Amino acid sequence: MNAPLIAAHDLVKTYTSKRGFFAKPTAVRAVDGISLSVDKEMTLGIVGESGSGKSTTGRLVLGLEPATSGSVTFDRTPMPGQKTPEWRAARKRMQLVYQDPLSALDRRLTIAAQIREPLDIHRVGTASERADRARELMEAVGLRSDQAGRYPHELSGGQRQRVVIARAIACGPELLVCDEPVSALDVSIQAQVVNLLRDLQERTGIAMIFISHDLKVVRNVSDRIAVMYLGRIVEEGPSEEVFGNPLHPYTQALVSSVPVPGVRLRDRIILEGEPPNPAARPSGCPFHPRCRFAMARCEDQAPAHVSVDDRRKVACHLLDVAVPFSISRQSA
Amino acid sequence: MLRFLGLRLGRALLTVLLVATFAFFVLRLSGDPAMIMLGPDAPMEAIVAFRKAWGLDEPIWMQYLSYLGAILRGDLGISMRDGRSVVTLVAERIPATLELTIPTLLLKLAIGIPAGIYAALHRDSIIDRMVMFTAIIGFTMPSFVIGLILVLIFSVTLGWLPSGGQDTWMHAILPIATMSIGGAAVLARFSRSAMIEVLGQPYIRTASAKGVPWPRVVRGHALPNGAIPIVTIVGFMVGTLVAGAVIVESLFSWPGVGRLLIVSVANRDLAVVQAILLLIAATMVSANLIVDLLYGFLDPRLRETHKAA
Amino acid sequence: MSLVNIRDLKVAFDGVQVLHGIDLNIEKGEAVGLVGESGCGKSVTWLAALGLLPKKATVSGEVLVDGQNLVGAPRRELESIRGRRIAMIFQDSSSSLNPVLRVGRQIEEAIRLHRGLGGRAARAEARRLLDLVGIPDAERRLDNYPHEFSGGQNQRVMIAMALAGNPDLLVADEPTTALDATIQAQILDLLAMLRAETGMGVVFISHDLGAVSQICERVCVMYAGRIVETSSTERLFESPRHPYTRGLFDAIPTLDGGRTRLVPIEGTVPDPARLPRGCGFSPRCGRASEACRSRIPALTMTDIDRSVACFDPIPPVLSRFAPAGSPYPMLEVA
Repeated sequence: MNAPLIAAHDLVKTYTSKRGFFAKPTAVRAVDGISLSVDKEMTLGIVGESGSGKSTTGRLVLGLEPATSGSVTFDRTPMPGQKTPEWRAARKRMQLVYQDPLSALDRRLTIAAQIREPLDIHRVGTASERADRARELMEAVGLRSDQAGRYPHELSGGQRQRVVIARAIACGPELLVCDEPVSALDVSIQAQVVNLLRDLQERTGIAMIFISHDLKVVRNVSDRIAVMYLGRIVEEGPSEEVFGNPLHPYTQALVSSVPVPGVRLRDRIILEGEPPNPAARPSGCPFHPRCRFAMARCEDQAPAHVSVDDRRKVACHLLDVAVPFSISRQSA
Repeated sequence: MLRFLGLRLGRALLTVLLVATFAFFVLRLSGDPAMIMLGPDAPMEAIVAFRKAWGLDEPIWMQYLSYLGAILRGDLGISMRDGRSVVTLVAERIPATLELTIPTLLLKLAIGIPAGIYAALHRDSIIDRMVMFTAIIGFTMPSFVIGLILVLIFSVTLGWLPSGGQDTWMHAILPIATMSIGGAAVLARFSRSAMIEVLGQPYIRTASAKGVPWPRVVRGHALPNGAIPIVTIVGFMVGTLVAGAVIVESLFSWPGVGRLLIVSVANRDLAVVQAILLLIAATMVSANLIVDLLYGFLDPRLRETHKAA
Repeated sequence: MSLVNIRDLKVAFDGVQVLHGIDLNIEKGEAVGLVGESGCGKSVTWLAALGLLPKKATVSGEVLVDGQNLVGAPRRELESIRGRRIAMIFQDSSSSLNPVLRVGRQIEEAIRLHRGLGGRAARAEARRLLDLVGIPDAERRLDNYPHEFSGGQNQRVMIAMALAGNPDLLVADEPTTALDATIQAQILDLLAMLRAETGMGVVFISHDLGAVSQICERVCVMYAGRIVETSSTERLFESPRHPYTRGLFDAIPTLDGGRTRLVPIEGTVPDPARLPRGCGFSPRCGRASEACRSRIPALTMTDIDRSVACFDPIPPVLSRFAPAGSPYPMLEVA
């Protein structure tokens, strides 16, 4: 087995926030011990709701924010510190695509200029080669060459996102982290962009981390899925298995919350309570206040990751070998 | 709450201190009081004696420190021009200024805010355009121009109103009118944009969708929110109560604080100028402090320290 | 007689037509979904019906409630319908509530208006409503401000406020769109429960076909300011006839759909100021013919409870749910 392209080990990110003039600073743990890895040509989907820490994870993995503790290894070398020359050079190899293309683009530059910009920054090729490459990239993402002189506000949302993607892949990165790349787009356009990303992966072998709250889209794009809750990964495995046979109670609730025509509401699992607030973290398992299977143990002890088979991990006491529960029954 | 106040008060005092320092140094950089007071023909000994008498021959840092010390004791010095205590001098003038600025403020509020709100409610109508047009004229014309025009019309041509001095209540009319016009114009425009912003918010639509009659939507939902930015600017206007009349007082020979300031600057009467600047700073800073406290009352979002989950 | 009859409703903003003649009937107690993407006019339809559009909007046509036409009606008439017969809730609940007023007061305002209760009775009723929509610790939370609630809770507060007048119809404009998946499920559940308990009708406006299908028996699909298809929910999912509806289904991934390639609808939604000459969907339609490009198809009934606005709709799939009186035979379940 080749070493993964990027691996994160036990990442923790704590923000200290001061609310108001006279509150003491509160430490908010946005990410609480995340370990993940992505291989070449593979897509890892990260799903979670607000407060899950999935966007922060994306930034930590790319080294865009320093982690409070833990490490990230890219291609077997540790991620360089922020703003160092090595870090800047590493930008060529990994890129981020955000949710809102309009704010990701400079409204005063033409789209061709923006697609070209990374090539200029990293000094790839000669000036004329860069112009050619910019044209190639536009074609690759499905933009017409006559649109090269347009400005971002003259394009539609889907077209802008394509520009963002073209710019992101300009230097031929090996890893693309997409943070809610299609959430702001119309449904029919989402499909266009999702297909584009998938085609890109097939052609160039780029690895992807696809972060989204939209389970259906993530399912369609990812080989493996990690489900996050309150800064931890509660379940991880191949997408068909995680969504087809979810083991963690949160994953089960999440999967059942996706409306399926024909399945009445009655049969669904409705989670009680509110989405979690990272500033008020429950003890033990972070999910226990809302979990319909919560036991006494869940309040005291945070569950460790249990490997269900060699491809799936779940963090839940229900699957702990010590508790008399048949694992084989679960993963049948 | 106490810490909040304490912090604000601390900042306020710091601001006043900075203003005092600024006044101190700038004044001393801009001309020799001795020369100006005594005239260009004064003999050298007189000038030297003058300087010694007023402590102007000491190093500037020492002057600054003794100045600060004096302020803390409440001693704002003596006027170089007529030898009287500065505190008395300035305090004498304050009522005269307030005779102008308080009615002005009330007029500004009574005219400007309703006009602005009305314009916002009837946006793009004839009334709105008229109000805005008048407002633009009102705040783009400098106050002395407005004053001169009013004098030209009402004093010179019509002879109805006097053009200077403080003798009767009629003498106050033109100065008040001059200042009110500019101020009401600013308030009108500001209130209008504040209200337009509020009226465009989703919760106004929700209130209408609930079936709340429109007048009540405006009174109960729009105004409380619109009040927040309007209070800011009114606070600023309150802060100028003692000093906002400088130009108008000079134009109309009105014996207020503003006029005293102009005369004292011309004469480099250091102590008086410093004292008036301190007064202005203190007023402005207090007004801001009150506005800050009012915010907490008007906008509950600012009261909270921890947002609920 | 229907609860609401919308006839030939047209809306224009600054001369640009955004609604091109909507015909829609809502029966008492019915749950109807209004589905479409951005710019299709689904929200505008109901904002226009309730007179909530800004003054620069030109509205024509008829919206009949109890025989009264709301279009162009004086403010007082509209205010008597809003909240009392028809209530509307909006997408972004956190900014749709007045930030400087306590939540209890905002709910009580509606109660005072529509039920004539005052003082303590109003507060008790507000509390009952908050309980009904599932806000825990209701008594205390009546005195909270909107920013002290989460997004999902604010949406519940909005629903409580809308229920205060015992409306016959609740128009919910994208009520779950900005919320987390598990909270969406809670809100949908709540709406279904409320409907069952009060017999209230619902108009569910959304771009999410799945969410709509949970609550609504009937769905209308809108595109570029027109209704292009209406059908019962089941039949729509079984056998969409308009190419746009079909395109939507093909473009949306499903949880059990594996990693199959999605079939997007090429092109983009047209600018209302520059609509194509014929059918609004023709530039993007794989089945478009010359007729489609030159004339606009009218919404025509193709079956009981089904209409399509298309010259060449997709042939129907034989139904497992044959409605009474339908000419289609029951399909043998394989």
